[in-house]
Amino acid sequence: MRRSQSIRGITYTFPTLRELLAKATPLRSGDQLAEVAAASLEESVAARMVLADVPLSHFLQEAIIPYESDEVTRLIVDSHHAAAFAPIASFTVGEFRDWLLSERATGETLASICPGLTPEMVAAVAKLMRVQDLILVARKVSVVTRFRTTVGLPGRLSTRLQPNHPTDDPVGIAASIVDGLTLGSGDAVIGINPASDNVASTTALLRLIDHARCKFEIPVQSCVLAHITTQMEALRLGAPIDLVFQSIGGTEATNTSFGVNLALLDEAHQAARELRRGTVGDNIMYFETGQGSALSANAHHGCDQQTIEARAYAVARHFRPMLVNTVVGFIGPEYLYDGKQIIRAGLEDHFCGKLLGLPMGCDVCYTNHAEADQDDMDSLLTLLAAAGVNYVMGIPGADDVMLNYQSTSFHDALYIRSVLGLRPAPEFEAWLEQSDRRLNIQSLLPEIAGALSS
Amino acid sequence: MSDRLAKSLSSYTPARVGLQKTGVSLATAEVLDFQLAHAQARDAVHAALDGSSLREGLRARHLPALFLHSAASDRSTYLRHPNLGRSLSPESIGRLKPQPCDVVVVIADGLSAVAVDRHALPLLDTVLPLLPRDWTLGPVCVVEQGRVAVGDVVGAALPAEISVVLIGERPGLSSPDSLGAYITWQPRPGRSDAERNCISNIRLEGLHYEAAARKLAFYLTAARAQKLTGVALKESSLLPTSAVVHPT
Repeated sequence: MRRSQSIRGITYTFPTLRELLAKATPLRSGDQLAEVAAASLEESVAARMVLADVPLSHFLQEAIIPYESDEVTRLIVDSHHAAAFAPIASFTVGEFRDWLLSERATGETLASICPGLTPEMVAAVAKLMRVQDLILVARKVSVVTRFRTTVGLPGRLSTRLQPNHPTDDPVGIAASIVDGLTLGSGDAVIGINPASDNVASTTALLRLIDHARCKFEIPVQSCVLAHITTQMEALRLGAPIDLVFQSIGGTEATNTSFGVNLALLDEAHQAARELRRGTVGDNIMYFETGQGSALSANAHHGCDQQTIEARAYAVARHFRPMLVNTVVGFIGPEYLYDGKQIIRAGLEDHFCGKLLGLPMGCDVCYTNHAEADQDDMDSLLTLLAAAGVNYVMGIPGADDVMLNYQSTSFHDALYIRSVLGLRPAPEFEAWLEQSDRRLNIQSLLPEIAGALSS
Repeated sequence: MSDRLAKSLSSYTPARVGLQKTGVSLATAEVLDFQLAHAQARDAVHAALDGSSLREGLRARHLPALFLHSAASDRSTYLRHPNLGRSLSPESIGRLKPQPCDVVVVIADGLSAVAVDRHALPLLDTVLPLLPRDWTLGPVCVVEQGRVAVGDVVGAALPAEISVVLIGERPGLSSPDSLGAYITWQPRPGRSDAERNCISNIRLEGLHYEAAARKLAFYLTAARAQKLTGVALKESSLLPTSAVVHPT
């Protein structure tokens, strides 16, 4: 493998694949914070020129984090499918990009090579791509998953209804659910981030959604995004668990910082599968990821954040998840500084996830200390929908009053469905068309308020 | 959605439910309302600490004070390099003379100087009378461009047995001026977030001064009695709300 590039008499050298990947990454604050970014724009392009000539087969020989010390690397290496890799085995990263963009790479061929791709290969080719490339290639790939709804079909865009409340007040949460359902949100999942992570509160919120689902015959799945061990304990005590949630990262040490490992995820996956609560399918895991989480946990091993993020998708795909979304702007400006960095990162993550066979959604979002605003979110939402994103968030007025950040609203989803002619998941769409049931949902609120006061 | 239903929904939650629509989009008044809230949150993040009013306020209360600066020279550096906000500038380190005490109060702008300007002194006025009279209080240390862990540096230098860091929290859209209080037993560089207790959302529309001061006084006395702060202290207490959160 060529390790250096000369430009105007200056020779840029990249001793390891890890350093090469980092320096080839389009500029972002998290890589600067980690001190792995290129020192100049010229060095970054030099790195991309070197990277373009790296054979894909080299990625199978040089691990960026040692096999011996990281179970995510072991998962990537041990699950690599040589036969699926064969058709692209002779490509360099640059040739791989050209092939992905060509008409020869159809949705079918991309699905067939998927088990032969490693996250590092996919991260590498993403670094050579412009925004339009990330969109064009991702759009070729449909990843369809099923539980009670079918998410990810071409021409469809689903939403996670996120009815968070600062104190987990059930009536307050019900008010946001009613508002969202009325506006056509919730076909990916009704998913609550709880303010307190405990079994009692998790169970109560799951029962609340389950009650609404049964009473109004809504084809949706529920999730309370407590720690996975809290959800497992609730499951053992009989809580109605549909999807099992966990935040994951691309290194073993990141996952340790989240209090999980592959064995624990396996155990939870098995336990929830045995409940057999899905009606049209059995994809049950829900994962959230996001560039920067590894550095935040000091668990990045000198790698750039986009490559580590792609490695998180290798963890996710092992569990055939129902939903995976990058929470792209949540982490803050020290990782993704402004709207430009957030927009590119969201499209990279969606591209990498889709190429690795994941049902990718995106929490199109930002915090108030980032240089971003709702115009940036409109841009990213529109670009992601053009790229075929499976789902986005639906939050009342885009303002999450529990997590204190801004995402996309119920109305934002209506906007993009209207502009691009996208429809909700078929089962949910059929429910929405039965307007009497939809109007009935408004009786949920007085009922819950009454139950609490009696 | 009828106006009546919209009003009924929004009476149950601070979330932006029941918004007025035009077509599939938000009505003008809703868009402007959101932009105002975002503008206030952004202004709070970038506002500078009002040093002179804090100086006067502390002097009027006869509280000795030190005005320090973190190693982050300005807001942009502070936002990009969290570690610099957790340490002091060389000049500020030089001004911290040994002065052993039971409690040191550190006031840092964090992500909302507005929160500090509005709530730090009123909260101090409420909590100080609740503390045992024989406790010694170190100089109130005001740190510009500071994060929570800068209290560890200050606390270790004096040294103080406990540090209380009053800091502006990351502004939410509906809470540009939320103050947090972090309590750390035997503060020293390297303390983890799990070793602190936190009281969050101190503001007029959130946790009021009296309630916050009672909690703070409880943590301080419990910390001295049990010689620790953090997760272990939370578990041994009967406080109803979550006591450990992620700091800014």
